[in-house]
Amino acid sequence: MSASTSTNSTAASVQTFHGSSLELRNLTMAYGDVEVLRNVSLDVAPGTTTCIIGPSGSGKSTLLRGVNRLHEPKSGDVLLAGESALKVKPDILRSRIGMVFQHFNLFPDHTALENVALALWSVKGMSKAAARERARRSLAEVGLAERADHRPRDLSGGQQQRVAIARALAMEPEVMLFDEATSALDPELVKGVLNLMAGLGRRGMTMLVVTHEMGFARKVADQVVFMDEGEVVESGTPAELFDNPRSKRLQRFLSEVL
Amino acid sequence: MDWLSTITRTFFDFGAMAEVFPQLIGVGLLNTLIISISATIIGVALGMVVAVMGISSSAWLRVPARVYTDLFRGLPAILTILLIGQGFARLSQSIFGPSPYPLGIIALSLIASAYIGEIFRAGIQSVDKGQGEACRALGMSYAKSMRLVVVPQGIRRVLPALVNQFIAIVKDSSLVYFLGLLVGERELFRVGQDAAVLSGNLSPLVMAGVFYLVITVPLTHLVNYFDSRFRTGRRRPSAPSSGLKEVTELDAVSPQITGSNT
Repeated sequence: MSASTSTNSTAASVQTFHGSSLELRNLTMAYGDVEVLRNVSLDVAPGTTTCIIGPSGSGKSTLLRGVNRLHEPKSGDVLLAGESALKVKPDILRSRIGMVFQHFNLFPDHTALENVALALWSVKGMSKAAARERARRSLAEVGLAERADHRPRDLSGGQQQRVAIARALAMEPEVMLFDEATSALDPELVKGVLNLMAGLGRRGMTMLVVTHEMGFARKVADQVVFMDEGEVVESGTPAELFDNPRSKRLQRFLSEVL
Repeated sequence: MDWLSTITRTFFDFGAMAEVFPQLIGVGLLNTLIISISATIIGVALGMVVAVMGISSSAWLRVPARVYTDLFRGLPAILTILLIGQGFARLSQSIFGPSPYPLGIIALSLIASAYIGEIFRAGIQSVDKGQGEACRALGMSYAKSMRLVVVPQGIRRVLPALVNQFIAIVKDSSLVYFLGLLVGERELFRVGQDAAVLSGNLSPLVMAGVFYLVITVPLTHLVNYFDSRFRTGRRRPSAPSSGLKEVTELDAVSPQITGSNT
């Protein structure tokens, strides 16, 4: 942990994170009258990675959107570092939780650097110069220092997603949410982004990762959660779920995707 | 060939045209531009307010914006101009003096703002929802995400439609003459009309028409140019490249997960 200051010369890649714990307590979410998530409880220890797998429509993305309240939960609770996220102002809560989207959602009229710097000055209140400086470091961390002045359309999908990760990391979040972050990438670029994510996990970030990459879930996750039809069907270590699936539904799912 | 010379004398009497030309430039063109540009500036400002109100989640903002838009888009321009120009004449007199000119500009601004509000609203709503979501996920308030990210993208997209609206305003500015303008305040149409009445010949009006076309036709083509540029994008073709180069680059940043990927 103390190595972070001494060997700082090669980008900032040795910086460690201090992820917070995340707990879901009987979380229920609905779109109108339709409950898309029912009674989901989940513990994510500080600095660990939890992968959520499951067929489409199982409520995985909705779960992530409930954690940072992009969609307000109907009932239940989310505890970030032990305190209820529902009692924090949503804007404050979201500035403490990083989110990475399937389609990157970069700002097309901003350069990579401006994409990262925007929230630093407009939310964190840094001076624009300080924000740019911090953004530059964040881009260096994901290997894009030289592409800082490129617009999203001049970057590959993999590079765009790395900018999006840098944008979230620059806010110094306590938890990172990944919503199918590699699903829209060209196949040769998937592994690189997954490696980057795995690196964050190793360095102490708390991560909740919705993914279809079973290899990633098996190797990187401390905990895997299988969801179907809005409920957690099974959860445990990767070995437990992948080598010894107990429920019929998980067996069926794994036989389809592996 | 009698009818031909009649047509020439009625519409293309170059003597009458030359006579009215200095007035058309010095008075008519100047006033048309002042009226149109002021109405556009006020209309854009009001239109932005109407648009932002129109997409609000609060009915207290949305409904008034809707009513306002329906009202000013639904009435004939001439009716709005007369109602405002004459209805508020006394109020205007105490603020701006006896000239109806400012009221004409205000009436045109109100009409324009209803159309421009709809243009802005459509533009803002066409911005991908993920943009606002990304902002919110970073902790920005709704207002900040609109102001810094969503609205600027929406505006850029509707620039061609705004130029079209300006063209409509230039043409509608001729209606202000109904309010009775002072000699020095007359816009293109009124200058041409007065000269036509005096000379008993339509050529000055034709000349005024030429002035309108000189403003509007280049703008129309500017719009087309913008439009095709937006559609095709500004991307220059690039030489073939390898995604594998990026893989190498990325490996340098983050060490591999051990083992293969599946």
